[in-house]
Amino acid sequence: MDDLNAIYGRMAEAIVVGDPEAAAGLARRALEDRLDLQDVIEKGYIPGIRRVGLLWESGDYFLPELISSAACMKAAMAVLKPALEASAAVGLSRGRIVIGTIEGDIHDIGKNLVASMLAANAFDVVDLGADVKPDRFIDAAVEARADVIGLSALLTTTMLGQRRVIERLRERGLRDRFKVLVGGAPANRAWAADIGADGYGENALAAVARAGELVAEKRSS
Amino acid sequence: MIPALRPRIELLSREFVDKIVGEAFTILDREGVFVENGEARGLFREAGMPVDASSLRVRIAPRLVEDCLAATPASFSVWDRSGARELSIGGDEVHFDPGSAAPRVLDSATGRERKGLTSDVVRLVRLTDACEHIHLQSTALISSDVPPIVGDSYRLYLGLLYSAKPSVTGTFRVEGFKPMLDMLAAVRGGSEELRRKPLAIFDACPSPPLKWSNLTAQSLIDAARAGVPSELISMSLTGATAPVTLAGALVQHTVENLSGLVICQLARRGSPVVFGGSPASFDMRKGTTPMGAMETMMLDLAYAQIGKALKLPTHAYMGLSDAKLHDAQSGFETGIGAVLAALAGINVVSGPGMMDFESTMSSEKLLIDNDICGMAYRLLAGVAQREEPIAEHLFAGIRPDTQFLTMPHTRTWYRAEHIPAVLADRDTYDAWEGAGRKSIGDRAAERVRTLLEALPPNLPDPALRAELRSIMETDARRNGLDRLPELD
Repeated sequence: MDDLNAIYGRMAEAIVVGDPEAAAGLARRALEDRLDLQDVIEKGYIPGIRRVGLLWESGDYFLPELISSAACMKAAMAVLKPALEASAAVGLSRGRIVIGTIEGDIHDIGKNLVASMLAANAFDVVDLGADVKPDRFIDAAVEARADVIGLSALLTTTMLGQRRVIERLRERGLRDRFKVLVGGAPANRAWAADIGADGYGENALAAVARAGELVAEKRSS
Repeated sequence: MIPALRPRIELLSREFVDKIVGEAFTILDREGVFVENGEARGLFREAGMPVDASSLRVRIAPRLVEDCLAATPASFSVWDRSGARELSIGGDEVHFDPGSAAPRVLDSATGRERKGLTSDVVRLVRLTDACEHIHLQSTALISSDVPPIVGDSYRLYLGLLYSAKPSVTGTFRVEGFKPMLDMLAAVRGGSEELRRKPLAIFDACPSPPLKWSNLTAQSLIDAARAGVPSELISMSLTGATAPVTLAGALVQHTVENLSGLVICQLARRGSPVVFGGSPASFDMRKGTTPMGAMETMMLDLAYAQIGKALKLPTHAYMGLSDAKLHDAQSGFETGIGAVLAALAGINVVSGPGMMDFESTMSSEKLLIDNDICGMAYRLLAGVAQREEPIAEHLFAGIRPDTQFLTMPHTRTWYRAEHIPAVLADRDTYDAWEGAGRKSIGDRAAERVRTLLEALPPNLPDPALRAELRSIMETDARRNGLDRLPELD
């Protein structure tokens, strides 16, 4: 067997260069070799996606690299997930988030990016897609026992739907059960405050950071 | 007299245009497009095209595209509210209209963006009406003081009330077309009169890649049947919703616009259609859609050239900026865009007044941009020979103290040859300082105030006003709004 650190390094590298076959292949080998999956994720893949984040921040990486790396992360996790669930490994998920683009809005580039970055950062993501009705967000969040509901809107005409979801949460007596994170081109911090959302992400990485904070807030309350 | 040469710009060789169009035809034939509208799919089925109802995919054979292209007029006209003034949309005519459908305004008093209100829409419409170099209105701003559902008809209502200029507009809902058409027909005094003299152009945007939503396809069909021109606004984002290369994005643009054109022609043969768009060079860092990027403008110039090669009227979103205030970026992006659009002979150029990625309108910027458009028109007019000989006779008997200020030649030609600056600063430093060190934004804000005070609202007669109001009120009531906001 290769030196473990070398294997972890290759996992990280697969994420950094955006090679989904390598990322998934290394995950399969990790299963065959019965490696500690928690270590595989925390010492292999997560350092890779962190390095991607640093490369983004330094201005070396742009959206194509960022999204490709997130897709690699997803490919590796898909391989590991059944085994993780079977072993009932806990403490890996950083929180569960139900996400979607608001009713009447078919634009989902921004939402997809946020969803894949969340997944790449070890959140459990339930992606409802685009054109999602307010109650569907809430029903899905209840069913998934989500920590956070993420609402995306690209159009100013549809961003009003973000307020509607929060109103429906109140009407259904569920406002305290979930943190609400909003984003999308027309949204901003003032809008998030205005509609009573718990957080606002101006871009995918900010959304991931804010989601982490919201989960921590929720779990400590 | 030697006439002025019309300056022009082209980015593509004929061979390149043909190759792009060729690939577009192949994609239409092999992959097709996605049409979410059942009525539109029915039209394709009747035309013998393979339609897959479950995937919504419609394949369009080259012969149908060719046939529909041949049926589309190379130019058409729109008329103003009175029906007397005609604007030709086609050839190398260039008409500017304000950028379209912004949700926000830049507040003159605070310098910050906020949601648009009825009073903002009225102000923009009145200023546009007064702008010499902006030939068309657009329903440039959405009012947040009416429910979003009637936002489409309401902005057209205000445009028709406060301006005589024809307008570029569009629907936000399938049901929006009817009241909007009723208002246009009311202005003309009937739907047949409207068909003969269109008053508005309706924008319809496919969803990239290669999809016509239920709403936009319905708008194409409804407009075609009513004799209302449609403007096809393909809006691919390079590397995100379209190929990353400019040429690749142009292929997709051509596929989307041609499929829209076919829908229009199947709905009613001979319908006027504009080959337009609002693509953008997607920002790979910010995830934004910069309209002021050079690559965005290159896409605009190139697809317009393709539209011209297909013998269609053209449109682009140019002469606008992504800046958030009246700064150097706002000026250079708008100026470069307006000049390039004019040089390309793009028929409808939507942009003046617009900033922040097509999301915000500014009254001040509208007036600044009016001057930019004036400069673009001056450029198009070119250098002409005015007299024979050109100047030999002016130098006959020249002496060291000869000057030209008092020559009759100067008096005869200076107004035709040189346009005076309205808002641009051409003061000496001392004069500028003495006048309070004002920026162009400051001067534009003053001009906004003086124009609005000086100009009476350009209202139609009371009977038409009442009829428009009645149509709007009916639409508003049907959508749960009992009272329209007060108008001054």
